[in-house]
Amino acid sequence: MASRPRDAADPAGERELLSAGDVARTIARMAHQVIEKTALGAGTTTLPVLLGIPTRGTPLAQRLAERIAEFAGVRVPTGALDVTLYRDDLRRRPPRPLEQTALPETGVDGRTVVLVDDVLYSGRTIRAALDALRDHGRPSAVQLAVLVDRGHRELPIRADYVGKNFPTSRAEDVAVLLSEVDGRDGVLLRTPGPGSGE
Amino acid sequence: MRHLLATDGLSLDEATAVLDTADELKRTLLGRQVKKLPTLRGRTVVSLFYENSTRTRVSFEIAGKWMSADVINVSAGGSSVNKGESLRDTAMTLAAAGADCVVVRHPASGAAHRLSGWLDGAGTSVVNAGDGTHEHPTQALLDAATLRERLGPLAGKRVAIVGDVVHSRVARSNIHLLHTLGVEVVLVAPPTLLPAGVDALPVSVSHDLDAELPAVDAVMMLRVQAERMHGGFFPSSREYSIRYGLSEARMRLLPEHAVVLHPGPMLRGMEIASAVADSPASAITEQVRNGVHVRMAVLYHLLAGDEGERG
Repeated sequence: MASRPRDAADPAGERELLSAGDVARTIARMAHQVIEKTALGAGTTTLPVLLGIPTRGTPLAQRLAERIAEFAGVRVPTGALDVTLYRDDLRRRPPRPLEQTALPETGVDGRTVVLVDDVLYSGRTIRAALDALRDHGRPSAVQLAVLVDRGHRELPIRADYVGKNFPTSRAEDVAVLLSEVDGRDGVLLRTPGPGSGE
Repeated sequence: MRHLLATDGLSLDEATAVLDTADELKRTLLGRQVKKLPTLRGRTVVSLFYENSTRTRVSFEIAGKWMSADVINVSAGGSSVNKGESLRDTAMTLAAAGADCVVVRHPASGAAHRLSGWLDGAGTSVVNAGDGTHEHPTQALLDAATLRERLGPLAGKRVAIVGDVVHSRVARSNIHLLHTLGVEVVLVAPPTLLPAGVDALPVSVSHDLDAELPAVDAVMMLRVQAERMHGGFFPSSREYSIRYGLSEARMRLLPEHAVVLHPGPMLRGMEIASAVADSPASAITEQVRNGVHVRMAVLYHLLAGDEGERG
């Protein structure tokens, strides 16, 4: 969850899955899907809320909202929902610094909430997010948007909007880079080199 | 962090981590109807108090409950301590009964440290909630949180700690923490109320409150601890109040932005005038409010991830 730079690893086992251009096109396509599925338009009265899960879900939610504003002419409220305090592995890992939670002033009651994250993997982060969301109100529906779905779910959770599906092995690491956090856009697949296994 | 026993020895990184967590907790709980986080579900926090307390005890209890821990209060008065049980036996009993964390207040300096030695093997964390005239680290942390909120980053700021320094664990904890955070500390007190070895502390010393006030960003008034005084530390309450009390007239010497703190309980009219305590410069109720978030942060840092640490 920490916003460590993601381009420091050894370049040997690293492959680019999405370029900066791919990331932009993928986000644009997801914006169209959100508009279609939530029936967004100039006449929409109750706008959906995009909540990013820090670290990289937060800027992703903002970019999605910008594209939606561009395509549908409405500005949907965005925010951030930190799930650290709701995780189920708190006892097993050293205490993590908390990230920002900032809900839009509209709140979430009676609205469609779209959770936004960079990578969908075990699904545990999303479970924590659903619990966190429940403490903030009662949305009429909750949807999930992820830039990358890499498989290996451990819970019955699926995304409503998927930028790209990449089947991976558990040994690999999928790193989403966003210029707001990492200085550039892209998605990398990292394979541990021989002898550097965990 | 395994225990929180003192601010002396707490690193800048550790202190900042706790303060940042407290800030974030405050923000995340702001305006929420359900002030309850599931973070410490299934963990047990026991508060063991051998001295009277209102705010510290209530604050820890609320902090624990808002994090979903089970909080149990033991006070010396209503426990086997009255039958002559030793601190060690009481502590081992609490650990055996399943306490993950013991919050202890004790009249003897060093009690929390002894307790942590006994409980280390049992995997129970200890938080010092005040030991004699030694330390009260969570009070110093909540003071720092309040100062940060009012003044912004603390490095380079100047704080006067005024009054009964010798008996004050709050002063001692604040001296070390503020020094770690890069704050200049000046102690203002009559010579009889300054501790032996004050030269070794990272502070300057003054006996003239009026001369110090114009140059400080905050002033921390200490309660005159009559219960720890056996003998004449100053001629009379009235004389003390005139020389070292924060009166309305004296408050005007402070810069516009300066903050007035008091760890409580206050003796209005003694070390602080009522009008000062209730003025906009006073952050006394904010201190109490921030105390809950700071103690939540401390419990989070002590109890989250402890299984991993134990391996």
